[in-house]
Amino acid sequence: MSKLTHASKKAPLLEVNHLETAFKIDREYYNAVDNVSFTVKPRQVVGIVGESGCGKSVLSLSVMRLLPKGISEICSGEILFDGKDVVKMSENEINNIRGKDIAMIFQEPMTSLNPVFTIGYQLQEVLLNHMEISKKEARQKSIELLKGVGISRPDKIVDEYPHQLSGGMRQRVMIAMAIACQPKLLIADEPTTALDVTVQAQILELLKEIQSANDMAIILITHDLGVVAEMCDDVIVMYAGKIVERTDVDTLFYNPKHPYTKLLMGAIPKMDEDREVLESIKGIVPSLKNMPKVGCKFAARCPHAMPECSFVTPQLAETEQGHEVACLLYETSRPKEGMNVQ
Amino acid sequence: MNNAQPKLTTINSNKNRFKTLLEVKNLKTYYPVKGGFFRRTVANVKAVDDVSFEIKKGETLGLVGESGCGKSTTGRTILRLINPTDGQIIFDGKDITNIQGRALREARKDFQMVFQDPYASLNPMQMIGDIVSEPLKNFGKSNKKALKEEVMDLLNRVGLPEDAYEKYAHEFSGGQRQRIGIARALALKPKLIVADEPVSALDVSVQSQVLNLLKELQKDFGLTYLFIAHDLSVVKHMSDRIGVMYLGNIVEIADRNSIYNEPLHPYTQALISAIPEPDPRKSKERIVLKGDVPSPVNPPSGCPFHTRCPMAKEECSIAKPTLKEVRPGHQVACILYN
Repeated sequence: MSKLTHASKKAPLLEVNHLETAFKIDREYYNAVDNVSFTVKPRQVVGIVGESGCGKSVLSLSVMRLLPKGISEICSGEILFDGKDVVKMSENEINNIRGKDIAMIFQEPMTSLNPVFTIGYQLQEVLLNHMEISKKEARQKSIELLKGVGISRPDKIVDEYPHQLSGGMRQRVMIAMAIACQPKLLIADEPTTALDVTVQAQILELLKEIQSANDMAIILITHDLGVVAEMCDDVIVMYAGKIVERTDVDTLFYNPKHPYTKLLMGAIPKMDEDREVLESIKGIVPSLKNMPKVGCKFAARCPHAMPECSFVTPQLAETEQGHEVACLLYETSRPKEGMNVQ
Repeated sequence: MNNAQPKLTTINSNKNRFKTLLEVKNLKTYYPVKGGFFRRTVANVKAVDDVSFEIKKGETLGLVGESGCGKSTTGRTILRLINPTDGQIIFDGKDITNIQGRALREARKDFQMVFQDPYASLNPMQMIGDIVSEPLKNFGKSNKKALKEEVMDLLNRVGLPEDAYEKYAHEFSGGQRQRIGIARALALKPKLIVADEPVSALDVSVQSQVLNLLKELQKDFGLTYLFIAHDLSVVKHMSDRIGVMYLGNIVEIADRNSIYNEPLHPYTQALISAIPEPDPRKSKERIVLKGDVPSPVNPPSGCPFHTRCPMAKEECSIAKPTLKEVRPGHQVACILYN
């Protein structure tokens, strides 16, 4: 926890305000990220959890400005990185930041490396783009980077192609590439989902080491609550494009407030307890097109749903110090007079 | 046995009273690697290399291990979807290792499979009703009305709506598709179901629905499961006994609590310690293994795990340890316990 208090003194590194990202389906726009606000402080590890389709990957792609063009766009809101708005940046400006100050690791280490270039070439590309160094220096630096992420024989691997490496090694290469320019913020989108548990353990250890050595902040996107418990300071729980709960990791596991978070906790089988029946959430996440326009989006699956849940949209608000919840069970989430009630 | 509805716990504690349903002896499944001008077999991928275990009636045996450890091949070989290279599979007293043709077809009524990928294992061109009734039709049921009734019953039993009968696979979510796969597997009232990673493609909230359903069905129909998964906490939740596989070998097999509370094999210990605990207040000592799983084409000599084992000694690279019972019901293949 000392890390957290240390971090909270500083001004935020990333500030996302009322972000809305929409996807075009049949000529109509649907919000995949719906009015999302949060901050990441320097050195902080923020976890984003939720089921598939909850908008966690779209959120990270929005921050990187890597949304698929033509079918999706940021409609409103701002993303302040180091005080500058990423949304308003020109293509050139964002290119200078992307890969240098904000870097990203993707879920699939198998597909996110280019199969026709050597590992060394792909690493040097990042370095040469963002640093004033010669090719020779870049090669030397990339060998050092590979060594830094725990790859044995880095001087050989640097000339090899991605298909010659195992999944764990490819993910290490991805990490090396991401931290090449010592970014201030690393976005890791399900970095260990495609890996086996023993390899996952190696990668998580590595990320922790790098995080403290480089003073880096991490946004860790995952659906694995075990990974969250191990890595994160703060956690954001998303459901259907909205943040439903945000708090520090300890409170999330020991005092979750939103019914969705509680159910999610009860749904995972735990190693050290015996339960005959697991909790389950009835139904599935509604698709973008079938998303309710007003009211709580979780209402249809919620065991505590009240009649008003279907027409009053709950606001994300602080119920206790540092603990935000969006649920009408809590007085603070009720909209102020005349707002949002339709 | 047939009319009684045995509780899982009673089966577990008195399992010696129950008959063995499946016995696997020294099973080997090799995939040939062809090469050279004449496409001769130049090497073998030793996917399953000398595996022995048994499953009692009404029991769930879990198989865990990392990708490539041979757990799926084991499951498929038992169902005779892949031909074994060597060894014996005895199902319900009959040797099914080498049966062919009509005999195999007849035997298959009794063992069915639930597949991992609910998106790929259902025919997109067929209505759900046809998918679920196909096994029934295959085994001679032809009365349309009775068939439809039976399928409706099955769909109902696995928690699908009535109108599912006339829908297609793409109209369903992953969890519902997995229910369809389960209904299809149940259609012939099998004795054994091999479930190969049945929930790994699903979200946690849906995963728990499917796990609960599988447990319910086991009680209601007295099913026996071979449950294959890479997620140790899921396997522990589902199984009575657990076998841990590494590079085509079972390195440890015991009841689920022993595996979790007192794992003996260094690999099992590392595997359990590697699982991130969903509890921020627990920080556990982690055994981080070095390197990756070696290739099964050219597995290391001696103990298959010795290249990554933190406790490896010199003799580990010489002789391959065999499974030995070190405590009642707890078998382990490691030189430390010989």
